[in-house]
Amino acid sequence: MNIEQTESEILNTGTEPLLSVKDLKTYFFTDEGTVKAVDGASFDVQSGTTLGIVGESGCGKSITAKSILQIIDSPGRIVDGEVKFSRNGDAGRNLLEMKPNGSEIRSVRGGEISMIFQEPMTSFSPVHTFGNQIVEAIMLHSSLNNQEAHDLAVDWMSRVGIPNPEQRMSEYAYQFSGGQRQRAMIAMALCTDPKLLIADEPTTALDVTTQAQILDLLQSLQKQNGMSIMFITHDLGVIAEIADTVAVMYLGRVVEVGPVETIFSSPKHPYTKALLSSVPTVYAAPRERLPSITGAIPHPQNRPSGCAFHPRCSSYMSDICSVKEPDLVSVGTDQQASCFLYGRD
Amino acid sequence: MLGYLTRRLFYAGLAIWAVTMISFFIINLPPGDYVTSYVAQLAIQGSIIQADEADNLREFYGLDRPMYVQYAKWMNQILHGNLGFSFEFGLPVNDVIGERLLLTMILAAGTIVFIWLVAIPIGILSAVRQYSIWDHTFTFFGFVGLAVPDFLLALVMMYFAFVMFDFSVGGLFSPEYVTAAWSFGRGVDLAQHMIIPIIILGTAGTASLIRITRANLLDELRKPYVSTARAKGLSETRLILKYPVRLALNPAISMTAYILPFLVSGSIVVSVVLGLPTVGPILLKALVAQDMYLAGAIVFLIGSMTVVGTFLSDLLLVWADPRVQFEGR
Amino acid sequence: MEMNPIEQERSPDIEDFVEDRISVASQRQLIWWRFKRHKVALVATAIVLAFYVIVVFADFLSTSDPSDSEAFRGLMPPQTVKVFDGWKPGLHVCAISGERSKITFQKEYTLDCTEKIPVRLFARGYQYKLFGVIPTDRHLLGMSDDTLRPEDHIYLLGTDKQGRDMYSRLLHGTRISLTIGLFGVGMSIVLGIVLGAISGFYGGLIDNLIQRLVEIVRSIPSIPLYMGIAAAFPSDWSILKIYFAITIIISLFAWTDLARVIRGRFLTMRDEDFVTAAMLSGASQRRIIFRHMLPSFYSHIIAAASLALPFMIIAETTLSFLGLGLRPPAISWGTLLQDAQNVQTIALTPWLMIPAIPVILIILALNFMGDGLRDAADPYSN
Repeated sequence: MNIEQTESEILNTGTEPLLSVKDLKTYFFTDEGTVKAVDGASFDVQSGTTLGIVGESGCGKSITAKSILQIIDSPGRIVDGEVKFSRNGDAGRNLLEMKPNGSEIRSVRGGEISMIFQEPMTSFSPVHTFGNQIVEAIMLHSSLNNQEAHDLAVDWMSRVGIPNPEQRMSEYAYQFSGGQRQRAMIAMALCTDPKLLIADEPTTALDVTTQAQILDLLQSLQKQNGMSIMFITHDLGVIAEIADTVAVMYLGRVVEVGPVETIFSSPKHPYTKALLSSVPTVYAAPRERLPSITGAIPHPQNRPSGCAFHPRCSSYMSDICSVKEPDLVSVGTDQQASCFLYGRD
Repeated sequence: MLGYLTRRLFYAGLAIWAVTMISFFIINLPPGDYVTSYVAQLAIQGSIIQADEADNLREFYGLDRPMYVQYAKWMNQILHGNLGFSFEFGLPVNDVIGERLLLTMILAAGTIVFIWLVAIPIGILSAVRQYSIWDHTFTFFGFVGLAVPDFLLALVMMYFAFVMFDFSVGGLFSPEYVTAAWSFGRGVDLAQHMIIPIIILGTAGTASLIRITRANLLDELRKPYVSTARAKGLSETRLILKYPVRLALNPAISMTAYILPFLVSGSIVVSVVLGLPTVGPILLKALVAQDMYLAGAIVFLIGSMTVVGTFLSDLLLVWADPRVQFEGR
Repeated sequence: MEMNPIEQERSPDIEDFVEDRISVASQRQLIWWRFKRHKVALVATAIVLAFYVIVVFADFLSTSDPSDSEAFRGLMPPQTVKVFDGWKPGLHVCAISGERSKITFQKEYTLDCTEKIPVRLFARGYQYKLFGVIPTDRHLLGMSDDTLRPEDHIYLLGTDKQGRDMYSRLLHGTRISLTIGLFGVGMSIVLGIVLGAISGFYGGLIDNLIQRLVEIVRSIPSIPLYMGIAAAFPSDWSILKIYFAITIIISLFAWTDLARVIRGRFLTMRDEDFVTAAMLSGASQRRIIFRHMLPSFYSHIIAAASLALPFMIIAETTLSFLGLGLRPPAISWGTLLQDAQNVQTIALTPWLMIPAIPVILIILALNFMGDGLRDAADPYSN
């Protein structure tokens, strides 16, 4: 029997999660074949918390994020799934049912759900000033006039810690440093007071010190206005620091989800276990080989049959793992994993 | 910004100077000079000029001095606004060229406007609706336009106009306006007649600009800032026009500078075929007759105008894309 | 146009998986794969090759000696080859009968299909040397020996004013028009590579100077200059001399694009690690340039060359058309088109414009081929 429970049912808080993704499937239809970038991802984001989505490169994390706002470039297309967004604990609307690029989803984009990206340099237009781009975001989602929007923008720029905000408004992206650009992007994303901030690897392109600063900034802003954050990264260290809940993705599916302490202390899915043990730690015995996951990530066009991880799994069970795909099942309080070790069909 | 512009101005000046030297050099390439061909011409007609009479003529026209002296005199003259004397026409060069230069420039400018008005929207449409029937059609026509040399296109259009419409293509004015003074009516007449030459001249440029716009826009559409703009909630049309198009325009502007010399070249050939009263036909005549001052003046004027035009589009480019001035090379 | 180097690291994406398969193939294989995908480019290449076959076999394919002129046969219309005679197979053309119009006093010709002139493959015709060495008189198409009468002829594309067979002239014109292009491209490639490489590799003042030169050359309109220079040729120069002189002149203008591309590539490559590695291991600068850096340019060079060729062809055709380039009796497409300079001629004898077709065709084909090559030349981009 297949038990699929959402986090809220487990936690029993009685309110709907802010964002609930069920069985999202996004495929890319290329000349070389169909790439199933996201193939059945499910997770929830509760209000006021941070969900960390972690996985190796190419597991579909970014595509998942972009699918939520329906900003997938062709040849990609969302083929299935449901993304329920509920602002006030109500039933919520399915974002995927909104007309692509229609006015409804456009009011959600940037207004209620904002997104920041990995490369702040190329995420801003090089020929428009910062001020122009931030004010544009404000004016799109509010009825402020130009001057009011301008002032709000300056206010946000200083909130994110950019010195001389007034002057910066008329400057261009290439005149900023990497860290400042990322701060500016955060300002642009948050100046419309969104309920959810999707952060797609925002610190990957930054050096460690700047990274720490940005993480601090995000956490303090979250405390200030109570928004949720969906933080995507491949860096387990960042997850440990910033996330409340963690979802682990592999080849387009969520293979494990749960509170961050539980995931780190008692991971249940073999992939999660292997990931965690491959992180170098101070406590390892000297001169011991760093364990790594055997094998390599398969090409998304050559998905293994059944459970996608089975060729590399140390707990592989030959009778079922290559035959059927496991679904998320409960493996502990608030924790779910998709593995036949915890229940066969 | 200022430093960049002064540099460009300086190089434009150098280019113009190079143009004058090349013009002068070309004119003096053929063995002999105007007097030689004049004498030969007269000989065919039956009157023989003796060698010493020819030498007198040379001295009279200053053709017996060394090259660099002639060049200096010529440059000096030009700077005083006197473009010299045309032996072939027996008139001051200024009179021979007259309004032809103006018409040449109007033709070139009109063609550029045409190219931009046609090519940019088509390029955008092609990129946004990639692989659609429109895209393929326009791409095909674009290629054809690129492949057919200007004079051929002129010939073909003349043929079809004559055969199908019994319409004689040629000239830039209706008979009543040819020597008239400038007026609104004359302007309208000019505009009507310019349509076909502009289309002919503009095909190659339009094709190039469509391809470049399409290619650059396709590149830009994939870039992250387009995702950012979408994620902010901008509508597709607005965001495409505001961001990637704006950036794709930059290569388009620099391409315009690049095709200006080709436009001018092409206009020379097309005006010969179509018999337009621009600078082209008389340049041909002047060269064949080795009419030094006339040919040199035309090459100098055309070359300089082109360099100036290129410089102007550099200005435009800097205004459009502030990053250009930081290119250290 | 300039290529932007990748601006910073980005974490790999789905698209990178496709690259895995690519990373083990050799460079040439890569280029070939990508080129194959462009069906249009393949067709175009086939067309280009066909043209060059014509260049080599012009005489074999001709039906008459291109310089054989008979004034009374001037301006005859084309005779198309028919494969069936009634219901039986038999290659033939219809004869042409002409009479002088009482009104215009011009000879007017009509196809008279009551008289058929048989035609056969590999017939005998005028003497020539295959590949310039083997004397023979066989041609692909010609009249059958037994019915040779003085007034019989086949003019597949009609005749020009002087009664010369347009078809054969067209084939021979292909020879000159296409080979001028090759020499010119060769020269401008050399110029472009040398100047571009020096410019990109050494940078600094030399780079600056060469760049200024490039700008100056590019901002000057070429045709007035060609015209000027071409008009300067003494009329007693042999055809061959004029031919080469034109080639040189055109290539003096055509090298700039290639120089820019090469320079750009050198500039980006100069900072690449493998160059530094070569320098550190003690390689001389010449060795670095030629053995290490240049090989990655071959594909670019080929692509640029095939895009420069149309430029050459158009330039020569235009010059000859204006009467400033090659002159009769040299045969090139440009000189052939000289006959079609005004409307009346075209209206009455439209077949004189036929030389326009191969011009357009080869330029289109070269452009497509060059595009395909250029796309394929950078297997690691995109």
